Amino acid sequence: MTSPSLELVCPAGSLPALKAAIDHGADCVYLGFRDATNARNFAGLNFSEDAIIEGIRYAHDRNRKVFLALNTYPQPGGDGPWRRALDRAATHGIDAVILADPGLMEYAARVHSQLRLHLSVQGSATNIDAIAFYHRHFGIARAVLPRVLSLAQAEKVIEHSPVEIEVFGFGSLCVMAEGRCQLSSYATGESPNTHGVCSPAKAVRWTRTPRALEARLYDVLIDRYGDGEQAGYPTLCKGRFDVDGETYYAIEEPASLNTLEILPKLVAAGARAVKIEGRQRSPAYVAQVTKVWRAAIDACLAEHGRYTVRREWMTSLDNVAEGSQHTLGAYHRPWK
Amino acid sequence: MKIALGPLQYYWPRDTVFAFYDAMAETPVDIVYLGETVCSRRHELRPSDWLTLADRLAAAGKEVVLSTQVLIESPSDLSALRRVAANGRFLVEANDMGAVHCVDGRPFVAGPHLNVYNPATLALLARAGAVRWVAPLEMPSASLAAMQSDLPAGVETEVFAYGRMPLAFSARCFTARHRNLPKDDCRFSCLEHPDGLVLNTQEGKPFLVLNGIQTQSAKVYNLVDALPAMRALGVGIVRLSPQSAHMADIVASVHGVLTGSLSGAAARERMGAWMPGAACNGFWHGRPGLEEVAA
Repeated sequence: MTSPSLELVCPAGSLPALKAAIDHGADCVYLGFRDATNARNFAGLNFSEDAIIEGIRYAHDRNRKVFLALNTYPQPGGDGPWRRALDRAATHGIDAVILADPGLMEYAARVHSQLRLHLSVQGSATNIDAIAFYHRHFGIARAVLPRVLSLAQAEKVIEHSPVEIEVFGFGSLCVMAEGRCQLSSYATGESPNTHGVCSPAKAVRWTRTPRALEARLYDVLIDRYGDGEQAGYPTLCKGRFDVDGETYYAIEEPASLNTLEILPKLVAAGARAVKIEGRQRSPAYVAQVTKVWRAAIDACLAEHGRYTVRREWMTSLDNVAEGSQHTLGAYHRPWK
Repeated sequence: MKIALGPLQYYWPRDTVFAFYDAMAETPVDIVYLGETVCSRRHELRPSDWLTLADRLAAAGKEVVLSTQVLIESPSDLSALRRVAANGRFLVEANDMGAVHCVDGRPFVAGPHLNVYNPATLALLARAGAVRWVAPLEMPSASLAAMQSDLPAGVETEVFAYGRMPLAFSARCFTARHRNLPKDDCRFSCLEHPDGLVLNTQEGKPFLVLNGIQTQSAKVYNLVDALPAMRALGVGIVRLSPQSAHMADIVASVHGVLTGSLSGAAARERMGAWMPGAACNGFWHGRPGLEEVAA
């Protein structure tokens, strides 16, 4: 494989998912330890230390990279697990760590000066001055752009950024600025920043009533499904609520972000990497999405202006998308 | 302990904003945070209007701080941020790391949206010029106590103690979406909702409040009976978030507790009639934010 000018960064929630990503063309995979140090702290997911060592070996044998997500915020007096995770990652030859907390970033830059630092999307850097702050203080090499900018805004940031920019390509769409959302802790006591989870499974309550299937987070009714309606996971911002007498998806519909359509523009803008979301998803999902995106990136880089989205790519991705729907999200300005 | 009036979260007509701050000048508020922190499309007040208000409030003996917008998306947002950061007269509340970069070592207030969750991060910001920090809204009192025991010299602590909580910021404008309008053609719908637009569950329970690109709690965070505990932790300032009605009464109640003329319980009882929603205090007690934990 030739060295691509746009890295495909894929999710690995487990060792089989990591291998699926690598085998289907990921340039890099990102993963997390099995605890609250990363923002996908779900039961049964993530890596033990031994699995990370094996994953790094598997990737490096095939000239691919492994990034470690340490993208939650340590609580006072409790940053030991985060620091130990950094120490272990550095020892095992991780290619980069993805961090959000400035205090932790300072530790990483001081103690492991050779370690490559990426600013996590949870760091909420949406503008070049914020990126410049992390670059000046910690020498970050890359920033992951939150999913709240229009394409034109993202292009501007990429153009003027002092560091590489990674953008989101596909997966669950967070409609709020990442790292700036405390809705989950408001309803459940646990949030991405503090516990690495949004709308945690342990807070989910399903009730069957004569009229409907009801999904709650603790006591809060998130949605009600009638007969024949497919019930989705009750992510707090993807429920149906009543505003001024009208019941609808007041915050966000269940749909996945999919940027295949604007891939040439992201490449032309100078994005260095495109990220696929979904560490909570199965190895089969990772394989399928990675395969499509590998094909699309290769086509985009080889065909220049002649690139078009192939119908089978879209079909394949819609099959695994939330609600079988896709959206360009904030990249598309009239989005509402 | 001092009382701070946090930045105005809502979009009110220009005259209403002026009248509101004229009224606030007469209250025992010590510190006033000014400026648009939510949405760059809110143009009722120009930057010069905010500076006029700043001068008036300073003349009335208030400490004035200029707050920066939380979510910086466009080049014009960035220009506005840089102008506020470089104002040269008033202290700046940085609500984005871009603002911290812009103040470039000059004294600033680290706002509640900077994600200061631990002493290492606070120490870093103190070295970058922070003279005050506002704790994240979801921070429980136990974590705050740990932060206080490690507080850098010369840094004051402020706690958001009253108001609907700004919980999230989005690419999407939910008020415009409610009216089926695009974000860039929102027709300034926020003007119709002086305390935000309530989002209810399908059971009719108020849950959240839509406020343009910001999402707030429908319940009103009220820590008035925790003020003595905050004082014991060395918290220097309590932040009250502006609401459209009865704000002077709210300030008076908090002031009453701080000066000892009113008990926390009595203040809480009295404030109930003036709040735009039910009370909650869960975050302070390490519980889900919407819970109301009995004293």
